[in-house]
Amino acid sequence: MGKTAFEKIWDAHRVSEIGDETDLILIDRILLHERTGGVALKSLHASGRQVNDPAQVFATMDHIVDTLPGRSDNTLMPTGRDFILATREASKEAGISLFDLNDRRQGIVHVISPELGIILPGATLVCPDSHTCSQGALGGLAWGIGSSEAEHALATSTLRVNKPKTMRITIDGELSPGVTAKDLALYIISEISSSGAVGHMIEYAGSAVTALDVEARLTLCNMATELGAFSAFIAPDEKVYKYLKGRDYAPKGEDWTAALEQWKTIFTDADARFDKDVMLSGSDVPPMVSWGTSPQQSMPVTDDVPHYSEVSSRDSRDSYDRAIAYMDLEPGEPLRSFSIDAAFIGSCTNSRLSDLRRAADILIGQKVAPHVKAICVPGSTSVKALAEAEGLDQIFLDAGFEWRESGCSMCFFAGGESFGAEERVITSTNRNFESRQGPKTRSHLASPETVAMSAIMGHIADARMLAGKESR
Amino acid sequence: MKPLKTVRSLAVPLIVDNIDTDIIIPSREMKSVSKTGLSDGLFAGWRYTAVGSREINPDFVLNDAKYADAEILLSGDNMGCGSSREHAAWALAEYGFRVVIARSFNPIFRGNCIRNGILPVKLSPEPIAKAEGPITVNLEAMTITAEAGDSWSFELETEAREMLLEGLDPIDLTLKRAADIAAFREADRARRPWIYNLKAG
Ligand code: SF4
Repeated sequence: MGKTAFEKIWDAHRVSEIGDETDLILIDRILLHERTGGVALKSLHASGRQVNDPAQVFATMDHIVDTLPGRSDNTLMPTGRDFILATREASKEAGISLFDLNDRRQGIVHVISPELGIILPGATLVCPDSHTCSQGALGGLAWGIGSSEAEHALATSTLRVNKPKTMRITIDGELSPGVTAKDLALYIISEISSSGAVGHMIEYAGSAVTALDVEARLTLCNMATELGAFSAFIAPDEKVYKYLKGRDYAPKGEDWTAALEQWKTIFTDADARFDKDVMLSGSDVPPMVSWGTSPQQSMPVTDDVPHYSEVSSRDSRDSYDRAIAYMDLEPGEPLRSFSIDAAFIGSCTNSRLSDLRRAADILIGQKVAPHVKAICVPGSTSVKALAEAEGLDQIFLDAGFEWRESGCSMCFFAGGESFGAEERVITSTNRNFESRQGPKTRSHLASPETVAMSAIMGHIADARMLAGKESR
Repeated sequence: MKPLKTVRSLAVPLIVDNIDTDIIIPSREMKSVSKTGLSDGLFAGWRYTAVGSREINPDFVLNDAKYADAEILLSGDNMGCGSSREHAAWALAEYGFRVVIARSFNPIFRGNCIRNGILPVKLSPEPIAKAEGPITVNLEAMTITAEAGDSWSFELETEAREMLLEGLDPIDLTLKRAADIAAFREADRARRPWIYNLKAG
């Protein structure tokens, strides 16, 4: 029997079997950020251990740093400065690369890793952060770990890992115009539920997936953790090789030639078997918006807020009632009738150049509704510079958006800046849990297009209303 | 971590099935990101009279004065089910438990116990609960003996046993294979030089 691409990578990294279905797996790259990374490095050091191979470790400042212009080590988050200083000091001591504030390579960890060619096809990469699964979009095995595992990886260049089960999600056909990878991600979660892939390594396959460009694939894989998956993966192809060529840490010269040859062997054999196989059709996917407090509570933007009977196969009565009350929704009313207080474009899900371009296409020549606070946070300093070079910042600013420095910003609330209590936010992020973006804030997840359109209209809106507008 | 060779103590009979990690340590009791300061919240929902209170519930077995120094806990089926949070094992260890004997364990909880210096023993708890006085758990011999002479034997994987006997954590254990890892990386470097030639261009 053939092997899945995942099994090929796994086997090539298996240093030894430990028993109980646990293997000792070689780790090629370790990423850290200031929220969890400094702590892991410090704790490692306190136990008298060292980083085994500092060259393979990279750290960035993304979670806690301010994204307001003119930022410094001081943060709106109480004690934030301590995390920043601790990470800086510990990185220096350990001899690892740090992309600090004001470094052109700084940015959200899952945005900069592909951008710098740190994640590579066939490589293993770990980071103490649950959205590390994003990076599987480039054909590597990338997954989020806990703090004590991060110490283990740093000290030994390996991890003890229970081999996950495998699951293939095939999406054939084409996505309709105006439907993006974000809509596809929300659609999949609403179809198979937020526990639909627990314990599984997902391989996304099918013509609707291979048609996505690398940045859109990153968006799709980003939300695998919202399915409960171990991680997600897409087999590398020409688009990935082209994307990586010439990037800072991507192989060069002879190494590039050798790498390319090896990368071409990373695919799932025709007779390989998955523990689970799911088939979906790309043409069934509409623009989606989450209505509740779990990403699985998502629906077509054009639909009405569901009654319990419509979602009873997925939601318990309890979680449905709680979500409706928390989000202050009226079942049976069109979702589009709900006015918004804020709009946010950013996060490791949707803050790359292509995301900003598509949002700018909607915003050009338009104004954000007067009662809406609108914020755009580029995913990396490099994305910000590229966007500015083509004038996107001006489009956002003219429309009434704030244009910020890169970072996680208001994707999550850590005690600093937040949207207000009971404010309704349309957001291009990945988590709509209670109080995720601030105490009692109501978050609706959507694509950057939907966020931009809703910001203009002042209520949740379908970006396809602007159909006929020329697109880039 | 403290090596565990033999433990002699009374066994607390908390023989209930499906004790989940939220019962062991309710999430409201996990106030900091640190691994310590959790023992106070151990079994908080049962140990105290009300949520958030610290008034002792006299009916809860752990509050029986004779078990104040007990290091062995007896439990039922599916011990440690629920979420994978490691806090449950941290709280038990900090409270002073070194051995948990249960009819069966949730696998993740069981792994977390071993990682944190707690010996999980899969045995039927009722006969052990009948023993008078302290019992002795001997990990080297993998036996449990009661003062009156009753004895039971149990099993444990070699690596877990080694970790507990020597008081090692998983990093120590993996570092014992450092030579294997280095050799593997050396061979891998020949196969995939680009993974190791990390010079930014
Ligand atoms: S952008 Fe949001 S989801 Fe992504 S890494 Fe930062 S906090 Fe996490």
